[in-house]
Amino acid sequence: MLSYAAEVGKDEGFNPPDAGDFNLPPFIEGNEFATKPILLVFLSVILISIFFILASRKAALVPSKLQFAGESVYSFVRNDLGREVIGHEFMRFVPYLFTLFTFILVNNVFGIVPMLQFPTMSRISFPYVLAAFTFFIFHYVGIRKQGFLKYMKEIMFLPGIPKPAYILITPLELATYFLVRPLTLSLRLFANMFAGHLLLLVFILGGEHLLQGVIGLKLISPFAFAIGIALTFFEFMVQCLQAYIFTLLTALYIAGALADEH
Amino acid sequence: MRSIELAAEELNPLIPHTAEIIVGFIAFSLLYLVLRRAVVPRFEKAFAERTDAIQGGMERAEKAQIEAEAALKQYKVQLQDARGEAASIREEARAQGAAIIEEMRVKAQEEATRIAASAQAAIESERQAALTSLRNEVGTLATQLASKIVGEALDDQVRQSRIVDRFLEDLEKSK
Repeated sequence: MLSYAAEVGKDEGFNPPDAGDFNLPPFIEGNEFATKPILLVFLSVILISIFFILASRKAALVPSKLQFAGESVYSFVRNDLGREVIGHEFMRFVPYLFTLFTFILVNNVFGIVPMLQFPTMSRISFPYVLAAFTFFIFHYVGIRKQGFLKYMKEIMFLPGIPKPAYILITPLELATYFLVRPLTLSLRLFANMFAGHLLLLVFILGGEHLLQGVIGLKLISPFAFAIGIALTFFEFMVQCLQAYIFTLLTALYIAGALADEH
Repeated sequence: MRSIELAAEELNPLIPHTAEIIVGFIAFSLLYLVLRRAVVPRFEKAFAERTDAIQGGMERAEKAQIEAEAALKQYKVQLQDARGEAASIREEARAQGAAIIEEMRVKAQEEATRIAASAQAAIESERQAALTSLRNEVGTLATQLASKIVGEALDDQVRQSRIVDRFLEDLEKSK
């Protein structure tokens, strides 16, 4: 990260971390696919697959510790996010919600895992992809369930509102369903991860920089590191919370599309 | 080294990268397929089996409870029977005891009556004997007294008894 700052030729003093620190150059020159975030995404897919295949392999009546751990995550998504929110048709969407939750969670937590230390979701491309999936799924579900015209009518014309109000409400509703929802979904996740990582960089790189200064600055440096460590715990909470929120909102949107009346 | 324009574009964190979008799409789809094929059905199977086991256990417990209740009922009925039987036995014993006492009492009464009767008979015969011997002795004494007074020797047994009889008859007549 510092090397990048050097690369773009900033001056010798302390360069506060900025958006440029999230642009990690490919380690194979000119290969856009050979970057840290992309490797991390594949690593997350491998880790999640291995963990859950091992955990579910025996599917025993009395679970082992591993199976219990896997089941806890699965049944949390299945029951608290799927069944509670979507209702009786929830089972169709459990695999998607489960994938969404574990994928976001692991990629977020990468932000504080030693050696990896980069939250993949701070690269906007990935939240965009996930929000697009959710966007297409909940619209598809709604159209399948109610038919295209009825679905559009339900979105545009809320029942129980005086007719002139539709001039105001209808564009708002359309914007909500087709613009605001996917955008907020992806931006919320991205911004949280981006800002969280930036915060950690400020305190840890700052602490490092203070350590190279005069004796007075050296004494301040431990405080910067301490705050960095405290923020790491805070970040872990945010990372879990964001995975939960993204999945919860997806479930809510699907539930809304399935419901006959909003 | 990147070109300046590329670097500037990359500094805007809201602009997605084609490579990352492709990778994100493929990686996520891949994970979805793996979890859907290999993980979700197995967890669901385990859940279903567990539910089954719990339900089976509950049914068994219910059955056992019903059996226990039936047994309890049976025991209660048996206890009631036993209590009734004990009471009737006690009643019978009491009645028998009373009958025995009554019988004994009657027997004792009879015995007492019998003893009293025999004692009376004995007394009667004693009295008779005493009367007889008294009569003899009184006769002798009276005769001796009379012979002394009369001066007539009345040694003869026959005569003596005739005189005594006559004397006694006179006594009875004078009564």
